[in-house]
Amino acid sequence: MLKRTPLYEAHVSIGARMVDFAGWEMPVQYSGHVREHMAVREAAGLFDVSHMGEVEIRGTDALALVQHVTTNDASKLEDNQVQYSTMTNLEGGVIDDLLVYRINAEYFLLIVNAGGADSDFKWIEGHAGMLNVEVHNTSDAFALLALQGPRAERVLQQLTDHMLDRIPYYWSQRVLVDRVDCRVSRTGYTGEDGFEILCHAAHAQHLWNRLLVTGHDRGLLPCGLAARNTLRLEAAYRLYGHDMDETTTPLEAGLGWVVKLAKGDFSGRDALVRQKQEGLKRKLVGFEVLDRAPARDGYPVVIGDKEAGMVTSGSPAPFLKKNIGLAYLPTAHTKAGTDLLVSIRGRNVPARVVETPFYKRNRQFD
Amino acid sequence: MENKMANTPEDLNYTKDHEWVRAKGDEATVGITDHAQNQLGDVVYVELPKVGDKFEASESFGSVESVKAVSEIYMPVSGTVIEVNNSLADTPEHVNEDPYGEGWMIRIKIDNPAQVDALLTSIEYEDYIKEEAAE
Repeated sequence: MLKRTPLYEAHVSIGARMVDFAGWEMPVQYSGHVREHMAVREAAGLFDVSHMGEVEIRGTDALALVQHVTTNDASKLEDNQVQYSTMTNLEGGVIDDLLVYRINAEYFLLIVNAGGADSDFKWIEGHAGMLNVEVHNTSDAFALLALQGPRAERVLQQLTDHMLDRIPYYWSQRVLVDRVDCRVSRTGYTGEDGFEILCHAAHAQHLWNRLLVTGHDRGLLPCGLAARNTLRLEAAYRLYGHDMDETTTPLEAGLGWVVKLAKGDFSGRDALVRQKQEGLKRKLVGFEVLDRAPARDGYPVVIGDKEAGMVTSGSPAPFLKKNIGLAYLPTAHTKAGTDLLVSIRGRNVPARVVETPFYKRNRQFD
Repeated sequence: MENKMANTPEDLNYTKDHEWVRAKGDEATVGITDHAQNQLGDVVYVELPKVGDKFEASESFGSVESVKAVSEIYMPVSGTVIEVNNSLADTPEHVNEDPYGEGWMIRIKIDNPAQVDALLTSIEYEDYIKEEAAE
């Protein structure tokens, strides 16, 4: 039996096409994949991402537990600040990637991927040991909406007195949105400005409808997982289960910036230290296909006449109008400009390693 | 082309894999249906065979890709490719905009014209789509 978010009825009522995603019945698209993608780049889009999991860590040792199970340095966070991080197993393999919200010194909120919510919770709880903490899986209590795009702030500002321009990138605030108590953060997975809005499940439908109506005149569209995936790929954000998993380390995945080896001990640290000393054998790179045929997840990458790696995310990029992808390659072949071949349904098609992100917005306000 | 507005023109035959066939004697034009293009979404790439290639019925003769995914296209009847719609390389959106006209994919010489009679009629195909949706 697939799980449903509190917005399931709302999606079906406006004609969303629903699919199975990580055990959830989720909207993959509403009015059209490309149309939704472009709305987020040029106006605004609203996503239901309530399938994502929430794990609360409370207590005087909350920070100590967060530090132990995540790779980034959460001791640097101030109240209301948010941090991207990964959780790694003892071999340094990525268990999940996540956002760490410091609500206060004794209360951290972790937002994790839908597929890993239960196992992440068990993993975190399993590391609590003698620490003075309480760990709760509050995934079912919350809904999470992502309002993304250059007009996201203007839309949301119409529903709150809180001055949203005072919430910087990767900070959050408790905000009343149309009288609903929310945790609003300036974060997202699209490469655009925007917010993620956490609220109690009971208020999700009200908030969803109000945002759709309020944003309508500014070109806001409800957006599904298909657009979310191509938006994140243009921004070169990694997707757990595709671009990284327990067999890849955050260093290989290009996430060395969230691995703080100097912060003290944490799960996976020894393995990551070793890997760093020995040097990386492979790395995740971005590539562009120099052909009309799109590369897709799982297609082999060929260098010379040898299979050298595999596409982990590949798709046409609707805004960039190119065929792009991410792939693991031997370190010697990861420099921008390196020529590759992607084996596309039996045909070797030329491609080239490029710098990522593929798409970078103009950061006028940062 | 006739009957552009119809979802399932009456003068065509259909497959359960959502291809259409416009047969005349031992030749036929093949494409994917309006329903199929609608399910796929924005088509960005079409891979087609070469003139002279031979395929059995139900064999994949190419693929059509939306931003989201790749779908195989299957031969409705056994035959030999005699013409390919090369314009789809530059304008794959024709598959969305005009699936029974500009969006045609291949013309074939049919091995056994009796195979066409075994395909679905427009009414049978419409029923099949409804059944599929109900599942």
